[in-house]
Amino acid sequence: MPIPDHAVVLRGAGRRYGERAALRDVSLELATGSTLVIFGPNGAGKTTLLRMLATLLRPHAGEVRVLGRELPADGWAVRGRIGFLGHEPLLYRDLSGRENLRFHARLHGAPPARVEAVLEAVGMTSRADDPIAQLSRGMVQRLAVARTVLHEPELLLLDEPLANLDPAAAAQVQPLIGRASARTRVLTSHDPAGGLQGADLALGLKAGRVALLAPAASVTTAQIAELYA
Amino acid sequence: MRGTIAALLAKDMALELRTKESVPAMVLFSITTYVIFHFGLDRNAVSGDLASGVLWVTLLFAAILGINRLFVAEHEQGGFDGFLLAPVDRTALFVAKALGLFAFLCIVEVVAVPAFAVLLLGPSPAQALPGLLLVLVLANAGVAVTGTLVAALAIQTRARDLIGPLLALPLLVPVVLASARATTPLLQQGGAQALPGDWLAVLALYDLVFALIAYAVFDFLLED
Repeated sequence: MPIPDHAVVLRGAGRRYGERAALRDVSLELATGSTLVIFGPNGAGKTTLLRMLATLLRPHAGEVRVLGRELPADGWAVRGRIGFLGHEPLLYRDLSGRENLRFHARLHGAPPARVEAVLEAVGMTSRADDPIAQLSRGMVQRLAVARTVLHEPELLLLDEPLANLDPAAAAQVQPLIGRASARTRVLTSHDPAGGLQGADLALGLKAGRVALLAPAASVTTAQIAELYA
Repeated sequence: MRGTIAALLAKDMALELRTKESVPAMVLFSITTYVIFHFGLDRNAVSGDLASGVLWVTLLFAAILGINRLFVAEHEQGGFDGFLLAPVDRTALFVAKALGLFAFLCIVEVVAVPAFAVLLLGPSPAQALPGLLLVLVLANAGVAVTGTLVAALAIQTRARDLIGPLLALPLLVPVVLASARATTPLLQQGGAQALPGDWLAVLALYDLVFALIAYAVFDFLLED
């Protein structure tokens, strides 16, 4: 399959929840292999945008293209190529981490050996057989990262991926979901300095509208702070 | 699709073994209901149409408990999103859930039907057993298909514990009616009589029609 120049293309994309517009007229292009960081206060539309890109929400207006395919029509063609890390870990609380990852591996057609590899990569091998309900939030987040990259996706959609992680754990998952992963990434952040570092493009959302869209290197933390004012 | 169904089914069975949230409750409910009928009817033994009615109404209400729990883990623990993000046929979820519910119903009946025979049934059930097994399988298939469809619909609503039974009970009336009519001759005081083929055909037709409906609409229930 040819690799598109742009992993994500939005043209006038919009999404409503009932009468309320959660996203309005969002347009951007994200080159393959680069990173987009999204800033914005709570309710600005960050999670909605990520879920729309992940094929979990239908766009109600405009054009949305992901990995060269138009959504929602071609959603089936991109699902296995996306790794989505949202606020929920998408892990069953009464199953162990290993059982959860084996289940997701079967759904994605990933080899069983990959489960052990990602468990080791997130440092959870020793607790892999404990039920999720018995793990700390940080440990669950590490397993959620493992689930996200289990099938080696081309595009990572990460909603505050380092939430609940201590500095050591955050460093440990960087090769999987950080810039070093060499994947196209779209991530949300509330940390201006940390978010801009390692990003190519910055998007600021306010009340569902684009308030800022610029190369990350040209954006200042003061501009990000203004979004939250 | 077989691999996906197997993965989903194995996960559901593992969850049930771990949590024991559905099957034990369904079994306990059935036995308790038979005890209540025992005292409520003030009879030591029932037969014929009364026995058939008691058996099927109890099994139907026990099934409702399972139907209400069917998608709870998916809804509360992100299972829907996890599944929707995978490059798999969405019908696999319906098939796996229906097979899971079918298995739960069979397990419940392994305990509930003998309990019914001990607590309430007048005639010996031995003669009726082959015919009863056939009716149970056909009825379970109908309940599993319709129940899965209703559960997927109800789980999206805020009042799912109310919506599930309100939708499922009217839709399952034909199953109870046909099963009760088919079972009545088997539970006669004088000994089991022949199975009425027309009611078995009604059950089989119901299973087929609702399986086709479910196949046609299930994907839309998962859509945003």
